[in-house]
Amino acid sequence: MHKIINDSVLRFMTCGSVDDGKSTVIGRLLFDTKTILTDTLNQIEKTSKKKGMTDIDLSLITDGLQAEREQGITIDVAYRYFSTGKRKYIIADAPGHEQYTRNMVTAASTAQLAIILIDARKGILTQTKRHTYLAKLLGIKHIIVAVNKMDLIHYDENLYNNICKEYEEFEKNILPQNAPINIDFLPMSALKGDMIVDRGTSMNWYKGSTLLEFLENLDTSNDIKESSLRLPIQFVCRPRKSADEKLHDFRAFMGRIESGFMKVHDKIKVLPSGYKSSIKEIRIGEKVIEKAIPEQSVTVLLSDEIDISRGDMIVHYDDLINVSKEFTAMVCWFSETALSSNRTYLLMHASQTSKAKITAINFKVNISSLASEDATELKTNDIASISFKLAQPLIVDSYTKNRGTGAFIIVDESSYHTVGAGMIE
Amino acid sequence: MKKLLTHLDWLESEAIHIMREVAGQCSNPVLLFSGGKDSLCLLRIAEKAFRPGRFPFPLMHIDTGHNYSEVINFRDKKVNDLGERLIVASLEDSMKKGTVVLKSNDEPRNKYQSITLLEAIEEHEFDCCIGGARRDEEKARAKERIMSFRDEFGQWDPKNQRPELWDLYNAKTHKGENIRAFPISNWTEMDVWQYIERENLELPAIYFAHKREIVRRSNSIVPVTEVTPVKDNEVIENIMVRFRTVGDITCTAPVESNADTVKKIILETASTSISERGATRLDDQVSESSMELRKKEGYF
Repeated sequence: MHKIINDSVLRFMTCGSVDDGKSTVIGRLLFDTKTILTDTLNQIEKTSKKKGMTDIDLSLITDGLQAEREQGITIDVAYRYFSTGKRKYIIADAPGHEQYTRNMVTAASTAQLAIILIDARKGILTQTKRHTYLAKLLGIKHIIVAVNKMDLIHYDENLYNNICKEYEEFEKNILPQNAPINIDFLPMSALKGDMIVDRGTSMNWYKGSTLLEFLENLDTSNDIKESSLRLPIQFVCRPRKSADEKLHDFRAFMGRIESGFMKVHDKIKVLPSGYKSSIKEIRIGEKVIEKAIPEQSVTVLLSDEIDISRGDMIVHYDDLINVSKEFTAMVCWFSETALSSNRTYLLMHASQTSKAKITAINFKVNISSLASEDATELKTNDIASISFKLAQPLIVDSYTKNRGTGAFIIVDESSYHTVGAGMIE
Repeated sequence: MKKLLTHLDWLESEAIHIMREVAGQCSNPVLLFSGGKDSLCLLRIAEKAFRPGRFPFPLMHIDTGHNYSEVINFRDKKVNDLGERLIVASLEDSMKKGTVVLKSNDEPRNKYQSITLLEAIEEHEFDCCIGGARRDEEKARAKERIMSFRDEFGQWDPKNQRPELWDLYNAKTHKGENIRAFPISNWTEMDVWQYIERENLELPAIYFAHKREIVRRSNSIVPVTEVTPVKDNEVIENIMVRFRTVGDITCTAPVESNADTVKKIILETASTSISERGATRLDDQVSESSMELRKKEGYF
């Protein structure tokens, strides 16, 4: 039975390889929250039998494309949904292999929480460090370290505690350290269903929350530290030719609030021009509202007639945000074609686009040791610090302060493919 | 101070943002409108995104010629009420031109929609089609981007999709290439019904429980119509049904139901044990990868 009312949305990702039982964890969450319907279950049962298994293989729930089934791997990020009545959940299911850094970065970019899976038999591996690094780099504020396959170590409390201790030790040393994050631990067995939705009876020594309880009770209301108003303008509404004559001088500005709050009568300025005005009216569709909150898509009318176009940004009148033609960013490179310092790329940021040149590759991060290394080129799945020079100024914050105005994607000028993503320092 | 949006507000806001990105980035987009519930949500979102202005795109229906008349009447009334422009691209025109060749007269026409769609894209030079597909519908959809790139042949290449990060969408195309934009990707069937209830959206009558002549054919309920006639040895029953999806008659089946209001449908959706496509799409039951294959061929 699906639950009907949901108070909010929580987006999370799962990090781990096939061997950690990642698909089984997601399958278990969906199965135990009764999200999987009979016809899908029948299909999975059939496939499980075909593979010679006696129990239903829950990992098949997240099985995707024909191409993946044939190769027995996961190619791409998949999105799954369930709801509990309290929240609607969006899971970004990213494959965890080394060559798929790009998928993890993609999944992490929209996630508020990461579940990092550890195989209880193997403890902390290089990939655990990699997953933790990427989650922190992408600004995820909440991590749940889930020690899975407890059934295979006889639900041993001491072994579990040792893994947690070891994790806490190394996590402290993983950059970036400037972003405070909240880390929780839990032991579980996805296969047996212990501590995911139901507690089970095998780990009575564990008094903490189940995985679902962690998700249900997570407080995300303080995640957006940056309270300054950021409203990138996506579209300008000027219905000059409308049959309604009153609309001939109508001019409204449309966009989604990336951060901060906006009230009627607030004094604002428009960047990059710097023109000042105040908020005359805020609408959502036809409904007039007094105050807008982060992530709301609004239509705004100003008290003065000023020229605003797509790519501009509305901020409070005394804001000191950077309008910059040069910055340094941590970049993840996606393309099979290496980054070339001689080429010009397009940067897409909020609702702006600018041409950009690379002025320096400062260093590359060794994704296994997490050490910085010298680099002259960037290949697929590389992560590096890069300095850019832009043709048009962009209105930017540092990524650690503001995900919405600190992030950009890099687009190849000739193929138009998305070749990289960056987080501004 | 209230800091977080409720789930419907969040989903709506995301969808408005996506539609405005299409309008801001693409030079000639179109919104695919079938008269079905998902595309009716899209129209409501377009109103919230662009009113009091007009929509910065026309609407287009890919018409297989096999429609319930209630749906077509509803479609035309809705377009008229909105005062927007509707383009009808007809599969039967493609048949006349010889670009769609049916293997037999009673063959389901759903998969041929791709051909008519691609022809219309070429004729009108659309660089983006906004559609009402959702990731919860089907596993190939679960992996598709919100702005999904298609090459000159309309093909989707799951292994070579553009990475999509944060809320930054890359809708850039060369001439002939195309973006399929899915603003309600993150909605589930339940979200759609809750949104319909909250926004008080009107729907074609066949979404609500009504008496209909049907036959039972291999686990499905098949409505008796001109294009889906009774076969020998089949018994016609007159029962209460409703449609969970609306599309080409030959591939859309109703479910048994007494739910005649949105509220009752929400309750029924909450307790159903069969997925939307599993129950009602005759075309997806053919193989485990039907949708993946159709999408590779240009289906939206």
